[in-house]
Amino acid sequence: MSLSDQRQIGDLLHTAGTDYALELRGVTRMFGALAAMTDVTLSVKPGERRAVLGSNGAGKTTLFNCVTGDFLPTSGTIRLFGEDVTRFPPHERIRRGLRRTYQISLLFGGLSVIDNVYLACRGVSRGRFSMIRPRRSDALMQSAYELTDAVHLGDVRDTLVAELSYGQQRQLEIALALAGAPRFILFDEPAAGLSPTERRDLVTILTSLPRHIGYIIIEHDMDVALRVAESVSMMHNGRIFKEGLPSEIENDPEVQELYLGGGHA
Amino acid sequence: MMAVSELNPGNRNPSGQRSLSALIGDLLERIPAAWWVVGIILLFMPVVANDFVLFQIFGWGFILGMVALSLMFLGGYGGMVSLAQMSVAALAGYMVAILGPSGVTAISLNWPWWLYIPVAIIIASIFATLVGALAVRTEGIYTIMITLAIAAAFFYFTRQNYTIFNGYTGFANVVPPELFGVNWRASVPFYYLSLGCAAISFFVVLYVSRSPFGLALQGVRDNPRRMAALGFNVFAHRVFSYTFAAVIASVAGILLAWQNAMISPGSAGLPAVIDILVIAIVGGIKRPIGPFIGALIYVVLRTFSPDILLALNLPGDRFKLLIGLGFLAVVYWSPDGVLGLWERWQDRRAKRGNPLTGQGGSQ
Repeated sequence: MSLSDQRQIGDLLHTAGTDYALELRGVTRMFGALAAMTDVTLSVKPGERRAVLGSNGAGKTTLFNCVTGDFLPTSGTIRLFGEDVTRFPPHERIRRGLRRTYQISLLFGGLSVIDNVYLACRGVSRGRFSMIRPRRSDALMQSAYELTDAVHLGDVRDTLVAELSYGQQRQLEIALALAGAPRFILFDEPAAGLSPTERRDLVTILTSLPRHIGYIIIEHDMDVALRVAESVSMMHNGRIFKEGLPSEIENDPEVQELYLGGGHA
Repeated sequence: MMAVSELNPGNRNPSGQRSLSALIGDLLERIPAAWWVVGIILLFMPVVANDFVLFQIFGWGFILGMVALSLMFLGGYGGMVSLAQMSVAALAGYMVAILGPSGVTAISLNWPWWLYIPVAIIIASIFATLVGALAVRTEGIYTIMITLAIAAAFFYFTRQNYTIFNGYTGFANVVPPELFGVNWRASVPFYYLSLGCAAISFFVVLYVSRSPFGLALQGVRDNPRRMAALGFNVFAHRVFSYTFAAVIASVAGILLAWQNAMISPGSAGLPAVIDILVIAIVGGIKRPIGPFIGALIYVVLRTFSPDILLALNLPGDRFKLLIGLGFLAVVYWSPDGVLGLWERWQDRRAKRGNPLTGQGGSQ
């Protein structure tokens, strides 16, 4: 599927009448007696780019794990493009257009770059159980090649992932999230550990995503987060306590107290 | 090895427009020389080897190698060590005896070969799928435990059930059909029959390992959570790999029943079940060739160690001692089996290739 096809589908989805790409209502997740996330209500429109900020342990990654289905919420509902997916297994949510990247790269080190991307493309299309080896000319293999180029990994296509540099592995994470026709992506600290140049590349990749693809980004680097997001949600102790525009959040005294000026940067 | 793993018989690039002969030539060129040597030696083995070597050493080796290959597929590619593979094989052997002809005329149904062979494979595969559905809910040591429990249950069930499995005695006179007027239990035909089945299983596993199904299985092994986050149904993928492995094990089980001309509870007793694990580990569980190397070592040791022990004035029935010591030695020095030893030796040789650049000549 080419990028323009994706755009067309995106436009169709835009007009399909779903109010929100992602909608959380009163989502709580307990680990024993510990509440990792309490009564989180959050709505993100299709195509909207949202940053979720908060200190360590604020519940940001738990939020992602509940949305992807890695954990089931203790209570509350999660809707994806209007559909209640609260009890869906992760792969069913992914097949509906949700994607995520991981804070610590979860890649297949024993496989080559192109095999990693090909798997991601195959995962969201039919023929997952096919026993026929893919040819170079197969449509899915073609889109895997395009994707590796899009994240600047064309030169290391046949390299084993375990041999890639850290920055390249982060780029591959993003390629995996872009496979198929993503409609909504969760980026978990994509800039962590990247050099300043690599951060600039990342901002370019994120801001040049097709307009219909919305995302939530968890990011500690305020420079990156506020440049790629249109709205910001602040989390603290498992709750969302403030939402607003990047400029509002940046200058909010309460936010500065809790998050920026916390003294443990 | 890379060249082989990319060897792709179905690779016809429609845009390439190359002639068939050029394509075949290209294909043949990509097969490494060592493969030609092994292939030709195996093909012409009956010229030099006697009946005993063909039937007892190679025939048996290929069969055990196939059962261990089915374990290698699950363990090496899927990260799931199943001890029930010998039970799956034995069930297929039993089905051939029950549905086809055997010495137990009161039970055997005498179906024609074209019916009982596929039905036996299907029944054994369904059994393995159920085993898989139970086992894949667990991980690591618990998978081993649950499949061991199933294998033990299968053994005791077949030993105690007389209406279907004929209990302790099992079935005698389980022989292959005389297709094309050939007695397939004669040493040379059986050698080629088992060689053919082993070779097909080997190449199918090699080919499938690079297909979407095989790649995804390796992805599930390395990182099940990420595979789910790519849209794969990890549970279904794992269960289906049990089904796939069962087809190979079933064919081996049928060959085993034919080779012994019998099938009995002992065919899938706990010693036999554990032997398959030993074979796969000793040979090397990372690549499809490993189980066959392991099986050959096992069969040779098992066949000749009584003689060696007797020569040393030790009781001949202690052959398991030798196998056990060999297993210990391999696991101690090379956790990835004989294949791992070989690879490290190759690596060292390659590194010696050019002491200045550290780049090897053999690659």
